[in-house]
Amino acid sequence: MQDMSPSDIQGDFRKTTLNHYDGSQRVVLVTDNETPYPEGKLIVSRTDTNGNITHCNRSFVDMSGYDESEIIGQPHALLRHPDMPAAAFEDLWKTVQNGNKWHGYVKNLRKDGGYYWVYATVIPNVRNGKIVGYTSVRRKPSRKKVEEAISTYANMS
Amino acid sequence: MPYQFTVSPDFGPDQLAGWHIFNTWLQRQLETDIHFETFDNFDSQRQAIAKDQVDIIYANPYDASFLVREKGFVAVATPQKPDETTIVALAEGPTQSIEELTPGCKIAQTDDPDISMMGMMMLEPANLDSNNTVLLPQNSYIQVAKALIQGKADIGFFLTDAFDSLSTLIKGQLRSLVTSDIQVVSHALLLGPELAARKQELSQKLADMSNDAQGNSLLESLGFTAWTPMDEEEMEFMIDLIEALAA
Ligand SMILES: Cc1cc2nc3c(=O)[nH]c(=O)nc-3n(C[C@H](O)[C@H](O)[C@H](O)COP(=O)(O)O)c2cc1C
Repeated sequence: MQDMSPSDIQGDFRKTTLNHYDGSQRVVLVTDNETPYPEGKLIVSRTDTNGNITHCNRSFVDMSGYDESEIIGQPHALLRHPDMPAAAFEDLWKTVQNGNKWHGYVKNLRKDGGYYWVYATVIPNVRNGKIVGYTSVRRKPSRKKVEEAISTYANMS
Repeated sequence: MPYQFTVSPDFGPDQLAGWHIFNTWLQRQLETDIHFETFDNFDSQRQAIAKDQVDIIYANPYDASFLVREKGFVAVATPQKPDETTIVALAEGPTQSIEELTPGCKIAQTDDPDISMMGMMMLEPANLDSNNTVLLPQNSYIQVAKALIQGKADIGFFLTDAFDSLSTLIKGQLRSLVTSDIQVVSHALLLGPELAARKQELSQKLADMSNDAQGNSLLESLGFTAWTPMDEEEMEFMIDLIEALAA
């Protein structure tokens, strides 16, 4: 994944390096601007078994700030925010690789450095008994649940 | 014994005649006897499905999941018309937004499984769920509107199409609080195991329907502009989505 570029960022930002699970690194630029989750929208994406994005809907494009061509084929970690603990995603992967459904509150990073909170569900796509990919659907989280997630994640690594 | 065709009970009263004509069209295209059966509610339709009494169905996405995964149905085509859900309150009432709703909230709804699922989901931002709300089951969307107007319910769940087709007199007394924007979930025409081999043939004929005047007038009476063939993977994708959404 490419490092984020200051020319894409809206307003003051801080710079952090993310250490990805696969050993790679990415420089991300982060602001304090929250984009409110629009009422009634569902953000949908699918990945292959490695977590590379194969499909996304219009709401995904709108909320992430990227063009569809910048999204398809990229690892889903494109949206990873430095405030999210690695342990949350380890749990996600362990759960879906075992064939189960995962739910959780996720803070996602936008192309412009801002963020948005979602309530996400991830499920394995099973065809003829084999996992061929994963689907995720996000919806609007309650503020109360987001506050709880913020304090839980602050105490995780 | 003729085959049996049925339609998800959430269709509007204006479309009943259209579905009868569609059944005649189906018989002619498939050159076989087909009986059109309607059900008053989702429960009675599901019982007929469980007894293998349904061979062709225009199903809502939620039931389509069950029909394909459990009953061996195959998807043939879908009208290009996403299913969305609208949550409605009284226009003159106190509620202006979802986040103002509080525990104990009374919800009027039909037994439409998609709409109930989506409606409950859109209440999550207000920390409401089935444990802290009161469900008031209704037989039709008109009854949902009445429950709001009579002050029996605080909010009502509607199939967006059904809300839009209420009379202006009724709609004028109501306020839409939120409408879903899912984009990728819709009803579909499915064939049961006995007719599954005719999927290709039928999907082609459905796709051709918008090519002539007679076909277009039939589409119009169903409230559609065209049928789009649906392949197995598109259906599986929709089922995955519904499964991800169902808690
Ligand atoms: C279907 C699916 C959807 C995902 N959605 C997100 C997402 O929205 N945001 C995110 O940060 N990670 C998401 N992930 C997890 C990422 O794949 C990744 O594990 C995470 O961003 C942490 O990055 P890393 O694994 O490269 O360390 C998703 C994974 C799957 C399988």
